[in-house]
Amino acid sequence: MAKSYVSTTINGESAEFLCEPQQTLLDVLRDVIGLTGSKEGCASGDCGACSVMLDGTLVCSCLVLGVEAEGKSILTVEGVAQGEKLHPVQQKFLEHAALQCGFCTPGLIVASKALLDQNPNPTETEIRYWLAGNLCRCTGYDKIVRAVQDAGAVMRGEAS
Amino acid sequence: MSGLTYTAPTSVDDAVKLLAGSSGLAKVMSGGTDLLVQLRSGRLKPELIVDTKKIPGINDIREENGGLVVGAATPGHVVEANAAMNKSWPGVVEALDLIGSQQVQGRCSLAGNLCNASPAADSVPALYASGATAVIVGAKGRREAPVESVPAGPGRTTLAKDEFILEFKFPARPANSSDAYLRFIPRTEMDIAVVGCGISLTLDAPNGTITAARCSLGAVAPTVLLVQAMADAIVGSKLDDAALAKLDAAAQAACKPINDKRGTIEYRTKVAGVLARRVAKIAYDRASGKTVKAH
Amino acid sequence: MNYLDTNLKVVGTRPVRPDGVDKVTGRAIYAADTRSAGMLWGKILRSPHAHARILSIDTSKAAALPGVQAVVTSADFPEIKSEEAFVGEGPMNFRDLSTNVMARGKALYEGHAVAAVAATTQAVADAALALIEVKYDVLPHVIDVDAAMADNAPVLHEEMFTAGVTPKPTKASNIAKVVTFKKGDAEAGFAGAEVIFEKSYTTKPVHQAYIEPHACLVTYGSDGQVTIHSSSQGHFMVRAYTAKLLGIDMANIRVNPAEIGGGFGGKTLIYLEPVAVALSRKSGKSVKMQMTREEVFRGSGPTSGASMDVKIGAKKDGTIVSVKQILKFQAGAFAGSPIGPGCMCGLALYDIENIEVVGYDVVSNRPKVAAYRAPGAPITSFAVESALDELADQLGMDPLALREKNAAKNGSKTHYGVTHNNIGFEQVLAAVKTHPHWTSPVKPGQARGLAAGFWFNIGGESSATVHVNEDGTVTVATGSVDVGGSRASMGMMVAEVLGIDVAKVRATVADTASVGFTFLTGGSRVTFATGMAATQAAERVVDELKRRAAAIWEIQADAVEWRDGKAYPAGSNAGAFEPLDLPAIALKAGRTGGPVTAEVSVNAQGAGAGFGAHICDVSVDQETGQVTIERYTAVQDVGKAIHPSYVEGQIQGGAVQGIGWALNEEYIYSDKGQMENPGFLDYRCPVMSDVPMIEAVLVEVPNPRHPFGARGVGEVPIIPPMAAIGNAIRRATGVPMPHLPMSPPTVLAALDAAKK
Repeated sequence: MAKSYVSTTINGESAEFLCEPQQTLLDVLRDVIGLTGSKEGCASGDCGACSVMLDGTLVCSCLVLGVEAEGKSILTVEGVAQGEKLHPVQQKFLEHAALQCGFCTPGLIVASKALLDQNPNPTETEIRYWLAGNLCRCTGYDKIVRAVQDAGAVMRGEAS
Repeated sequence: MSGLTYTAPTSVDDAVKLLAGSSGLAKVMSGGTDLLVQLRSGRLKPELIVDTKKIPGINDIREENGGLVVGAATPGHVVEANAAMNKSWPGVVEALDLIGSQQVQGRCSLAGNLCNASPAADSVPALYASGATAVIVGAKGRREAPVESVPAGPGRTTLAKDEFILEFKFPARPANSSDAYLRFIPRTEMDIAVVGCGISLTLDAPNGTITAARCSLGAVAPTVLLVQAMADAIVGSKLDDAALAKLDAAAQAACKPINDKRGTIEYRTKVAGVLARRVAKIAYDRASGKTVKAH
Repeated sequence: MNYLDTNLKVVGTRPVRPDGVDKVTGRAIYAADTRSAGMLWGKILRSPHAHARILSIDTSKAAALPGVQAVVTSADFPEIKSEEAFVGEGPMNFRDLSTNVMARGKALYEGHAVAAVAATTQAVADAALALIEVKYDVLPHVIDVDAAMADNAPVLHEEMFTAGVTPKPTKASNIAKVVTFKKGDAEAGFAGAEVIFEKSYTTKPVHQAYIEPHACLVTYGSDGQVTIHSSSQGHFMVRAYTAKLLGIDMANIRVNPAEIGGGFGGKTLIYLEPVAVALSRKSGKSVKMQMTREEVFRGSGPTSGASMDVKIGAKKDGTIVSVKQILKFQAGAFAGSPIGPGCMCGLALYDIENIEVVGYDVVSNRPKVAAYRAPGAPITSFAVESALDELADQLGMDPLALREKNAAKNGSKTHYGVTHNNIGFEQVLAAVKTHPHWTSPVKPGQARGLAAGFWFNIGGESSATVHVNEDGTVTVATGSVDVGGSRASMGMMVAEVLGIDVAKVRATVADTASVGFTFLTGGSRVTFATGMAATQAAERVVDELKRRAAAIWEIQADAVEWRDGKAYPAGSNAGAFEPLDLPAIALKAGRTGGPVTAEVSVNAQGAGAGFGAHICDVSVDQETGQVTIERYTAVQDVGKAIHPSYVEGQIQGGAVQGIGWALNEEYIYSDKGQMENPGFLDYRCPVMSDVPMIEAVLVEVPNPRHPFGARGVGEVPIIPPMAAIGNAIRRATGVPMPHLPMSPPTVLAALDAAKK
């Protein structure tokens, strides 16, 4: 089984890796690159814990082949904060206690950021439908919705 | 431990040659949202994956002869954001938009949904109702075929081994035309349709008489159905209660569902009639110029 | 010491949790995130049959595959004698646990492990599994509880003779035991009743559906020392069970608790760790294992499904005079359903003179059940609270008034012998009565349901260590796995006792070699029991800090007092000294007696019982049977909320799990006994767009047995939702909903049947 050489950008830095054709981008991130922030909850696109941005589009990394990353730019949860400065979504998840076990949190951080980047003032319904692909079993979603709303307000400059 | 090869050709010719030259199972990939799940579960063990996304034009939408041409691999979120598609084919857009999560919308495509050939595929009933044609390329050249001629049964298509869909052509829309799609699922998102229904209508005037209709049902038979009797039930009417009752009955009569983990025969049949009535009303209101949100 | 009436500065506030940043940045390390140089990947071969005798297992081809370094079957595990151990959320028989981890002789459910391999890559391990040849003699199987109890049912265990009946049966059956609880005389009670309501109910097994699949990384060293990194609700539990199942001394096993991606009771037993250790022992390499989502569904524990009968007798004024309840719980392939708590919890909310509850623990060809949030209580309460709602109608009473009339109070004696003390059920009902949700008119097209729930809560053994670091900051280490924010609450309680900023206290979870024994995280015990240990350790540290200050000042220790994080002379007689804070005392610790540290281990008693009541508004699509939750309020007595945000989070999360249980979650089996929906696509947990905001109302009736008044809060919120929703649907449609899940086809079929 020949491995392919893949050249990408991950979290703003160029990255190269070798991967087998059937390996998913999630497998590559976790097992080859060592970025274990993206989680495997289902490996079938149903839980969203592996959410990443691929060339600016929100995807499940378990539904992308590693070889497809050639020439593309990937943002994972590890790249959301600017150095030590947390992104407003991360900060608001902490302040609102929008996580319990934290396993779904990386996917939710990436997906929530993707939402607010294209819709800075979403309604509760828009938040709930955009994030419907991110399962959380701990929180009952209430505090997540509030954290995203509040992060949107920060990003719009209406709150801190 | 299969000897799987992945290729991403940059031309139709290269893609066709690769498919024709493969000795084992070759799979055409667009978004991969079904294919990767099948690979992971071991249900499919292909020897070759031909990723079509690098073929020029296959991810784009353009206008042509008054109609719209949608590249086969255009992801859901791109179609959803396209103003022309939303104006002419809101039913197709909302059907494609219902596939999976926002994450899946970043990848899923009309061609993938059609060629995966699931009877429950969300975009397919809307596609059937639209009267779109598939532009198919292969070793023998290029041909066009009605979309409903592509699926052959669950997981099977009529495409030859060396063929794949390059794009879909949506016909020019007469005045006072529109479409709609609804599916029934137990939750609000993330489920496979228990029943799906797509209807496209043309009226003689806003709030007028239906002059043409195409009606389709998903998840009630081995393939998505295009149901002439449903169209017959409402053409010539203004979608009054009697026409709706006939539509409901025609939809139920067309169902040949199975009992499975997603629904019973009785439930699917009944809900097919319910959805048909609801979808027809939305399509009718849209064709009359109203903006109606289906979901 | 008790802080109930003190002016609290930290407890009751909402600081950011200490492990929070790691979890929002992806840095937190869960079990599947660990790796070790040269490690192998372990994978399990599972039975495709619901019930089959294993005639032979030929592993030779798999073992010969390049890259495969170990293959194990039950022959690689010692045979364990039947030995019952009580582990808190359910009885555990170690022989059964061993046989569940690796089938011996028979496969008892689809997904039952029959062999395992370790190989250099996951792909090689998968290929090796396909090369293992197992010959099965497929046996008739039985899935549902009523069928499993039938006379002619296929018997899973030839040596299972029903316990709890006399005379002892001579014929083996699937009924592991019968338990009976009696108070007064139920039959006599019914004779005096003016209204009698009777109905049968069923519930389906539901999975805890934590998002993190089970995973571990283990190393068996050539010196016999074992290290395990794993995701569980109790690393001491992992150590004990692994030691027992493999015959290894506990001292030779060190378990490091990884972050846990949800458990809800489902990680209170083990599946992978002994297998991984056996593979590591055989290969001499570290072995990593992680379940796929499908394996989680097929191979790990859901909670019981059940079949139940309830009969209630009441006076016309609403006084309930007698209740009889029969509960039949599926245990899965091995005995041990939560039938005990099931029998206890449904009726403990009410002060009823005559009660008879009979419970059956029944095995069938399904995965062995595991605890799930208030194990047993949601099932029994679905029946009781649904029946009460119909009884209220029959009596012409408001459903809240009926509950108020019969609510248990301090001094009420339960049917299982315990007398309620310091409970807050009446306060919960009073909070419902005045809540704007309850007092607001029901919107057109909607209907409102109400139901209540009870969990006794547990205490038990916990250890905590508090260290004053050299710079005066503080570390608190406990043995409790942090599933939902317990590090935050531990740090807060310690900071409160020490009188310092919570940011100066760092709470951690210590491994099995670094802190005293601590029972697993479950039964809503950690804030109560481990919190008690941490509080007492902090108090000892305060005593020690006073002694150190006294030594620095050269005065008597009892002449020093501690307040707001500083030592002060207790009065003018003690002398005039500048107060000493923690950094000042820590600086001189070497000269005043060495490090300042305290470890406390407790066996905490007096966990205050928890009560809650939920209000739910629904609408029902009468043409499709689809139910929409329009508004939801959960009221609960939480004792004292240490960190209110995480208390609310427990309530909101439990309520939504209950909504899933009520509406769509179920195991769907083929006629061959194979699960047809082993994934998140068709096992339908609530997604974000399925639910509204969940208003959590915290009623605080302090538990005097806890230093800050805390009660366990994690269990109660999953109990009321099923009946609250069912009652709302009944009120919306006029049709009772005695069967879960109330999925669209079920609801539509019930509506159609009622029309006929």
